Amino acid sequence: MITLTHYLVLSAILFSIGVVGVLIRRNAIVIFMCIELMLNAVNLSFVAFAHYLHSMEGQMFVFFSMTVAAAEATVGLAIIIAIFRNKETVNVDDMNIMKW
Amino acid sequence: MPNTSIMTFNILSILPVLILAGFGMMVLVVDVLSSRKMGEKNFLAYLSLIGVVIAAFLSKNFTGTTLFSFYGAYTIDNYSLFFQFVFLLCAGLTILISKNYVQRENINYGEYYTLILFSTIGMILMASGADLLNIFIGLEIMSISIYILVGMKRTRLTSNEASLKYFLLGAFSTGFLLYGIALVYGATGTISLRQIAVFIAGKGGVLDPLLLAGMGLIIVGIGFKIASAPFHAWVPDVYEGAPTAITAFMAVGPKAAGFAAFLRIFFIAFGQVHQDWEKIIWILAVLTMTTGNIIALIQTNIKRMLAYSSIAHAGYLLIALVAANNMSVSAILFYLLAYLFMNIGAFAIVIVISQKEDSFLKISDFSGLAYKHPRLAIAMTLFLLSMAGIPPTAGFVGKFYIFSSAIKSGYVLLAIIGVINSVIAVFYYLRVTVAMYMRGPEREFQPLTLSPFIFVAIIISIIGTIQLGIFPAKVLEIAQRSILLLR
Amino acid sequence: MIHYLPILILFFIALGFALTNVGISEILGRKRPTKEKLTPYECGVEPVGSAHERFSVKFYLIAMLFVVFDIEVVFMYPWAVAFKSLKLFGFIEMLIFIGILLICYFYIWKRGGLEWE
Repeated sequence: MITLTHYLVLSAILFSIGVVGVLIRRNAIVIFMCIELMLNAVNLSFVAFAHYLHSMEGQMFVFFSMTVAAAEATVGLAIIIAIFRNKETVNVDDMNIMKW
Repeated sequence: MPNTSIMTFNILSILPVLILAGFGMMVLVVDVLSSRKMGEKNFLAYLSLIGVVIAAFLSKNFTGTTLFSFYGAYTIDNYSLFFQFVFLLCAGLTILISKNYVQRENINYGEYYTLILFSTIGMILMASGADLLNIFIGLEIMSISIYILVGMKRTRLTSNEASLKYFLLGAFSTGFLLYGIALVYGATGTISLRQIAVFIAGKGGVLDPLLLAGMGLIIVGIGFKIASAPFHAWVPDVYEGAPTAITAFMAVGPKAAGFAAFLRIFFIAFGQVHQDWEKIIWILAVLTMTTGNIIALIQTNIKRMLAYSSIAHAGYLLIALVAANNMSVSAILFYLLAYLFMNIGAFAIVIVISQKEDSFLKISDFSGLAYKHPRLAIAMTLFLLSMAGIPPTAGFVGKFYIFSSAIKSGYVLLAIIGVINSVIAVFYYLRVTVAMYMRGPEREFQPLTLSPFIFVAIIISIIGTIQLGIFPAKVLEIAQRSILLLR
Repeated sequence: MIHYLPILILFFIALGFALTNVGISEILGRKRPTKEKLTPYECGVEPVGSAHERFSVKFYLIAMLFVVFDIEVVFMYPWAVAFKSLKLFGFIEMLIFIGILLICYFYIWKRGGLEWE
């Protein structure tokens, strides 16, 4: 029997993998993929909760968060391409023009 | 619970938003259809300004009404109308200070104005959202538009970098906010703020761990948007790299919108469990003020200095959030309006001084300004004094009300830390003033051209800063009427 | 639960068979690697160039536009499910939504986002 807890634990694990990925990876695209993993882990929680609570709000939320993630992906790729054109790298350690 | 609640799908209630969206798309289409060159597209600025003005008039018509439309997802009350006014004023002033700036910096795309209008929509949705979905969507509309605006100067590497940093960290924080919302939804079974409050009341004000974790994650997500420490690392770089007019916009708009949502979520949904979150916000407030003010002391770039100062201002506003009484809501509203005037005014002058390609952004570039352009120097001094909180300016009254609200709720220590921080802040604001008045020019001042648009923006900011400082009663009264229907 | 025992036994037999065969060939087999053997098999033809070649930036542009327009369809699912109860109101609302998308499409088209050259 798969209970709500299983879904939540899986979702938490995926979310944590995403967070760790953002913190340790250095390629902007990979970092961005890890962020997408985080968002999708949350979507899993939403759907699990919605099923468990018999409410539609969670599923509705997932629709919107998917769209938001897509819009974010588009803007993110555009920004990464813009920076690649100027700098020929997507390594975030090289993004160091501005420092205090 | 207000007894005037009308639970309907009322499309007229979002008329200002629809107008902004319509004008935004119109600007896009007109832009691609016109055959003029990039330098000759001034009419786009006029068009978007008209849109903002119409939206402001429409939202003024709602004054005094309280209604819940879209089945309770969207609220119109004095509180959200006050914020709508702040956002529309912010967008209008930004368009005014942008018009010549975008020409000078070669970023005169139609998208520029469209995105300003769209992010204003996002802010309005955040301030008017009565459920977590609406607040989340508003936050994302606002943020995604601003990610692009920051990177608008595509050929400049600092702008690219700022955009990438803001985007990556912003999307990261979105993940936390979304997770927080998911946990709150899971714990309470609803996303409506009022229903969450009802649920918590039903439990006798005891939070289960799931709800507590969700609340913490929401603090992280919104704390990022309002630039509170320790989630402030992006602020200086992004403020420095963004086009200056956008820096002015994002220093005010998203912060105000973040606080609008923060107040609504924490006063309505989590109002009964104040003791569970006051400690966290208390620490955040102290950290934010102190970090912002201390690091601002050693800055040499004026935009970075203003960035750290904006972090410090977020800290003062958090004090009022901790106090959580009726006075603190009106104090936050008043302070945000004052902050709007002084901040946009200061950035407008930075735009004028910095000249083509933003070449003069160091504080030393302001030396001797008083001898060459005395009126600009006076205006800049006024804005800086207001930020430092020196009477008779808007900033003083705002700070006064914030600290009084803290004392009224018994947070004397917090108020004292706030006052000490204000004193520290005087040093770095005065540094610029001293440079302008007491030092000789370190560079040749080219003749500055003050276009009518930016002139109007500076005049409005000056009037706002002085009026709120000398005659605060009227605005305070409006702010007091805008108090959230607490609990 | 007991009904599933045969499946479990079959599962272990299959796993054991596979592991045994791979293991035996690993232990007994002779290894004489040559250059030819180590090259990736590409339909019998010698591989040309590196697989890590850079793609033209135009692909990214099209991909971005695709992602953003594609995901809008997600809103049509709930709309379609509730279509009968929404009646004309829902229909007009969806027309407005599609209209907004068309404006975006028109903008991209005029802006030259769809041109390959």
